[in-house]
Amino acid sequence: MIESLLQSDNAELTRNSQKSSPVVLSTRLRLARNLVGVPFPERATMAQRRDILAKCAAHLSSLAKLEQGNFFKISDLSDLEKQVLVERHLISRELCESHPGSGVYIDKDQTCSVMINEEDHLRIQFLKSGFRLKSVWKQINCFDSELESDLDIAFDAEFGYLTACPTNLGTGLRASVMMHLPGLVLSGQMERVARAVNQLGITVRGLFGEGSDATGHVFQISNQQTLGEKEEDIIERLGNVLKTVIDHEVNARYKRLEDNSAKLLDHIGRAYGLLRNAHVLTSTEAMHHLSLLRLAVDFGMLPEAMRVDIDRFFIESQPGHVQFAANKGIEPDARDVCRATMLRKELSALPSLDFDKVIDLP
Amino acid sequence: MGENLKCSNCENPATVHLTQIINNKIIKVDLCEACAQAKGVMNPEGFSLADLLGQTQLVERSEDQALQCPACGLKTADFRRSGRMGCSVCFSVFAPLLRPVLVDMHVGCSHKGKTPELVLNRQSAVARLERLEQALEQAISDEAYEDAAKYRDQIKTLKSNAATLEYSQS
Repeated sequence: MIESLLQSDNAELTRNSQKSSPVVLSTRLRLARNLVGVPFPERATMAQRRDILAKCAAHLSSLAKLEQGNFFKISDLSDLEKQVLVERHLISRELCESHPGSGVYIDKDQTCSVMINEEDHLRIQFLKSGFRLKSVWKQINCFDSELESDLDIAFDAEFGYLTACPTNLGTGLRASVMMHLPGLVLSGQMERVARAVNQLGITVRGLFGEGSDATGHVFQISNQQTLGEKEEDIIERLGNVLKTVIDHEVNARYKRLEDNSAKLLDHIGRAYGLLRNAHVLTSTEAMHHLSLLRLAVDFGMLPEAMRVDIDRFFIESQPGHVQFAANKGIEPDARDVCRATMLRKELSALPSLDFDKVIDLP
Repeated sequence: MGENLKCSNCENPATVHLTQIINNKIIKVDLCEACAQAKGVMNPEGFSLADLLGQTQLVERSEDQALQCPACGLKTADFRRSGRMGCSVCFSVFAPLLRPVLVDMHVGCSHKGKTPELVLNRQSAVARLERLEQALEQAISDEAYEDAAKYRDQIKTLKSNAATLEYSQS
């Protein structure tokens, strides 16, 4: 069912070459919304859930943003298809495990997805590559206002937008930025940074959210609080903290290069050789080496244009994507072979690493 | 820890002592190693002492014992256990229990962000319409036809305004 999504040439996360940037992979905002007069999904009856799904899907299909979009009922998707959508950050794990009567609308560029009957009736998400909190907020805000025209959204003057879990009350806004932080990880500073931003009400999690580890040195950093601040202030505060994190990351990279360039360049060189020649690669291993290759692009050792491809390999190296590409569910051992084959093929035309680029750095 | 505490679950000596504070209420549990493992206490994420104890051992404050949402049936105990609301009506019912939770959770306790103007206008229009229709009925039964005509005009205007707001009855 999802083939057209995967083959799309416009997919934001995997094809948007203009917006790829060092350190920040992507920006994602989500709004939690519910309808009045019907229990939240967890307490709704099967019939109520079906009604909500039908009503929301009908309204969503009338919106310009979702024209030519795709609607999927979760019960119609195979486990593998769900896994692929999770790996693309288009749906959540919670949605996959939800009761029947839930679904997702995904626009044709895969920048916007609306989950129906997850923890809340509606979870609207906008996802863009690069560090673009303000522009993504503008877009999701407009989209959200359009929903109001036909849906009676639950709102209270004191508590704001009403959500099943009190942690999302108020704005219902979770702004999350995906960051590539090899400098901080390799220099052992990541834990300290995570603790510091935590005290500012900001959460650091691994690539796939709660409970996932930071494979590929990729972290999701997001606001924790949603009530008591305007949306613009939440975004401003998060943005300021993230700018500091970016500065620390860049410093850590150059410090590492300065203190022990042979070791760092050796890491990068080995990653390059390994990805181009390995015949068996686990996803963790692939992520680790791809991370070092992305670092090489940021250092200027590989062409800028490579970055968006590496970001695509981050996603296509995930277990679901590897199996989907192989057209069948395959065991981990066979997957590792398929993954290595895919990366060898994709990276066969990679230019040599330009080590001179970093030799002269201060 | 000089006391010889026994596990709350079995008779073995307790070696794991837990304290959790929910809504300024302190809950303490003592467990032996085996029971702690069995109950998943070693993993601090996603478990609550309230669950562990079962609701019976929880001393509930008298004022919130009887709360129940008239719309979805959520009870105080359900909210305490899951920490979730059941529907939009729950918020007015459980507001006194919710407010203390929000203090530690968020930057402030009241909403400062976006308001869904369109929805609020529509909802207040619906409420006004209901009031006017009641008044109209009353005026007719009182044979106050002048008032009735006035209410009928107001209803008409409101309905035509509502149509421009893309009024929809859900």
